[in-house]
Amino acid sequence: MTRATQEAPARGKTREPDVTSKSARSRAFLWNYGPAIAITLAAIGLWELIVRLANVPEYLIPTPSEVAADFGSDWPVLEPSLLVTLREIALGFAISVIAGIGLAVLLHLSPTTRRAVYPILIGSQTIPIIVLAPILVIIFGYGILPKLIIVALICFFPIVVNGIDGLRSVDDDLIRMMLTLNGTRWSIFRRVEFPAALPSIFSGMRIAATFAAIGAVFGEWSGSNQGLGYVMLAATPNLLTARIFAAIVLLTVVALGLFGLVSLLERVLVPWAPRGGQAP
Amino acid sequence: MGPSGGGKTTLLQIVAGLLEPDGGQVSVEGATAAKERLARCALMPQRDLLLPWRTALDNAGIALENRGVSRAEARKRTKPLFERFGLARFEHVRPEQLSGGMRQRVSFLRTLMAEKDVLLLDEPFGALDSITRAEMQYWLVRAMDEVPRTVLLVTHDVEEALLLSRLVVVLSSRPGRVVRILEVDHLAGGSRREIVTSPGFVSLKEQALEALES
Repeated sequence: MTRATQEAPARGKTREPDVTSKSARSRAFLWNYGPAIAITLAAIGLWELIVRLANVPEYLIPTPSEVAADFGSDWPVLEPSLLVTLREIALGFAISVIAGIGLAVLLHLSPTTRRAVYPILIGSQTIPIIVLAPILVIIFGYGILPKLIIVALICFFPIVVNGIDGLRSVDDDLIRMMLTLNGTRWSIFRRVEFPAALPSIFSGMRIAATFAAIGAVFGEWSGSNQGLGYVMLAATPNLLTARIFAAIVLLTVVALGLFGLVSLLERVLVPWAPRGGQAP
Repeated sequence: MGPSGGGKTTLLQIVAGLLEPDGGQVSVEGATAAKERLARCALMPQRDLLLPWRTALDNAGIALENRGVSRAEARKRTKPLFERFGLARFEHVRPEQLSGGMRQRVSFLRTLMAEKDVLLLDEPFGALDSITRAEMQYWLVRAMDEVPRTVLLVTHDVEEALLLSRLVVVLSSRPGRVVRILEVDHLAGGSRREIVTSPGFVSLKEQALEALES
């Protein structure tokens, strides 16, 4: 045994050095997001400049500073609307995650169900949600329910498809190995297939996160009396263009926040996943 | 032992009960049905195939968990082997932080923890550099002294086959047929250099190489 143990002491405690230090982290942040931030700031600056120089009236295109000022004056309108839309997005997304992962697992474990349901699932995606929204409003009224359904319908598809792909793409050798290690269908699913599919499920969730805000706004446009989508709709005939832009900014922030939350969750739950240095 | 592409891995999978032979019968301790063979064999694949989401200890103990043993209990039973097999203090390290040789050891322990009567090792050290491979061969011999099992090892390395086995079956390349069976029982003792240069070993090696060429 002596020979075998010799290499032991040297390694083991060498966990990712340096990245934990504060300066290294902020450097990594700048490297990752710096260029995108710079381009965004430049675009905002250019917008401000052009609109000012061309003397475009505010009701046509407001300058970024006018939009910023609108946040101050319109906050009493924007805040409750933000909360309404935020709720629709959060709940709808949560439903789509649960239903999406659940369906992916079901279709993976039962090939018969997959053959029966998968084509229909794909087919259902060719129906534009846009035509469904008014029907849902007719059936379920002006409440939160039709919005949740629309958000969930839009978000759930990428989660299901990515989930199924992830579950199916597990290395056959791994499954063979598990079979010789007393592995049952359930233990293979639980200890190998599901963890292996998590990175893929999370990419589906990231895509879904960017769709969620669209779904909520669309649901509100089809019939509602509150929320950011409603605010935009109500502001249009009154030419409160700065308010519309302010609502758009808030929606973007919410979508980015949701995306960030999913990425953060992935970092915590899937620490082994291969990860490039950049934001996807 | 035989050249690559001769169907050695397929043979192991047939023995393990993962595949059925097109003809003939495989008997593992009297069991001929695939399911029963599977119950008696544990397979160590060519690649270590450690699960990146499990620590070294939890990778090694996965067969116990598959049988319904709780994770805590599986850890308790696996840990002593880590100490015995030169992996102490690496229990909670993730596979990507282990060296190739250590990953292979964890993979071997995982196979051992299945507590099957027969171990099937598919070129277990093929992916390692020659120095590490020599170390691992030595390690395996010692490990098998401590926990004796029936081992069916597949390799394309003549020296490895002769150093690790009591019986070496030489297979031809496509189609893989048995061309020679060599008994290596009398080689025990001495350092690797002494064994490898001993007249008995050299002669066996010659016979094996000759069988491969024919």
